[in-house]
Amino acid sequence: MSDAVGASERQREESNARIMTGNAATALAAQDAGTDVVAAYPITPQTEIVENIAEAVESGEFDAEFSRVESEHSAMSAVMGASQVNARTFTATASQGLLYMSEMVWWTAASRLPVVMAIANRALGPPWNIWGSHTDALSQRDSGWIQMFAGTVQEVYDLTLMSYRIAEDHDVMLPMMMNLDGFTFAHTMQPLEKLPREDARAYVGEVDIPHDVTAEDPRGFGAFTAGDNFWQFRKKMMDAMDRVPAVAEEAFDEFADLTGREYDLVHEYRADDADLVIVGLGTLAREAEVAADVLREEHDVAAGVVRPILQTPFPQERFAEAVGDAEKVVVLDRSTSFGRGGIVTRDVNLAVDQPVASVIAGIGGQNVEFDDMVDIALNAEPGKTQWFGGDL
Amino acid sequence: MSSDSETAAVPALEMTQIRWHSRGGQGGMTASQLLGQAAFEDGKQATAFSFYGAERRGAPLTSYNRIADRPIKLYSRVSSPDIVVILDESLVDIQDVTAGLEADGTVVINTTEPDLIDHDGRIIAVDATSIALDYDLSVDGTPVVNTPILGAVARADTADIDTVARVIEEEFDEANMNAAREAYENATEV
Repeated sequence: MSDAVGASERQREESNARIMTGNAATALAAQDAGTDVVAAYPITPQTEIVENIAEAVESGEFDAEFSRVESEHSAMSAVMGASQVNARTFTATASQGLLYMSEMVWWTAASRLPVVMAIANRALGPPWNIWGSHTDALSQRDSGWIQMFAGTVQEVYDLTLMSYRIAEDHDVMLPMMMNLDGFTFAHTMQPLEKLPREDARAYVGEVDIPHDVTAEDPRGFGAFTAGDNFWQFRKKMMDAMDRVPAVAEEAFDEFADLTGREYDLVHEYRADDADLVIVGLGTLAREAEVAADVLREEHDVAAGVVRPILQTPFPQERFAEAVGDAEKVVVLDRSTSFGRGGIVTRDVNLAVDQPVASVIAGIGGQNVEFDDMVDIALNAEPGKTQWFGGDL
Repeated sequence: MSSDSETAAVPALEMTQIRWHSRGGQGGMTASQLLGQAAFEDGKQATAFSFYGAERRGAPLTSYNRIADRPIKLYSRVSSPDIVVILDESLVDIQDVTAGLEADGTVVINTTEPDLIDHDGRIIAVDATSIALDYDLSVDGTPVVNTPILGAVARADTADIDTVARVIEEEFDEANMNAAREAYENATEV
């Protein structure tokens, strides 16, 4: 997609408002955050992210090291090493690339290195498929990475900036996956209000890895441990993950002070008085807001949408509060865990008392329109997992 | 701005929806992005996106725009367009290009024979291929029709022609801009 249209020169000069794709906004946020080192390997549908970064680095506009690597495994290894010497780091991947990277994904988290990685979510093969599904990122759910899901171009820009704040917080020190739906979002142009670069840099602050390695203070990492010690490393990770919601809320609050744009661990739309709540991640749940409008106007159903922005750790209490005492909870789940159903549905089931209706929808490019969501919401059966598209 | 009367009570659905039919390499995706840019510069909310197959040169490709006064929440493909744009008339034989088109909707087509479109509403026809050749716009011998047809698309009240022309000149050059202006002036309406 190298011929994708970017912001015009005049826009760059005169205004912080522009129109661009989700991929371009993600790349811009990595740049505005003051990333020092980027290592990445191209894979559809995130390629435009690293293309944009490579172009900006090459032109001198983006003062970062861009490391061209031969695989995703090496990409993560490179940013992990850079992070270990106190660099701010970024990479991006999707689908098979994330799986190939997986060994180092886990290693990075357990090394407590706050790498930020964008995932343009894409289905895993076979059969070969290039379109959206959240199963790629959610397959790494237990790796120790924080995960957020954006639903608009503005959100992915803002949340990528906030990702650095959250991941690099000394109470956290865990890496972050910033998810955006492949194609339906990654390649969709929408308006964006960017921050002036100096404001973005001031907001994100300086990276300070407490366990960094310097020539003056050499250390060893990843040494052999036995049963007396190993569990302590894992418990510290678990405790750090538990601190993420509070740290995220603080980052959101300061961002709102700066920009006026308010974020929450879960995004609510008309959920306050809702009898029917639609739940989902990313763009599916954003389009579901229109389905909620239609349900209210044409079907006399008080519908709302609850969309987790933070997926790992799952903000269980905040989520349950947002769903409230709605009679019906319908999850549009863009992921699969064979033998368990939708991956998001499991977290929803744990968080709320209501029986949850789960519908696996929109995987691998399946087109789900707002009026389909109206039908799904009206017909989904609580306690069951159904498939948009029906039975086989 | 037209809207589906069935759902007119829902403000989030008040928008103009556009579907582009092109072949890989003709620039349909770029055209939809330029239109999104122009509508945005006109002060509108706009989205632009494409449905990608395995992207082969010559393979049919659909691209989409939504243009509205308020933020656009829809990401699904446009199934009920207000405007259909056809860059390659040979697609009419192999695709149902007017599928879902509103009865009072508009077709913009690159052709010298607008009769090949079966549609009772507005049809804007332009010979974008000849305009492209007149302005020496070609890539590997294939006429570049996406910038000329944008001029015709501006006639369908999508974006101001001056904005479209400016956006095209910034992205490409004066020849592409002039081709768009000529298409805007010389398009015929049925």
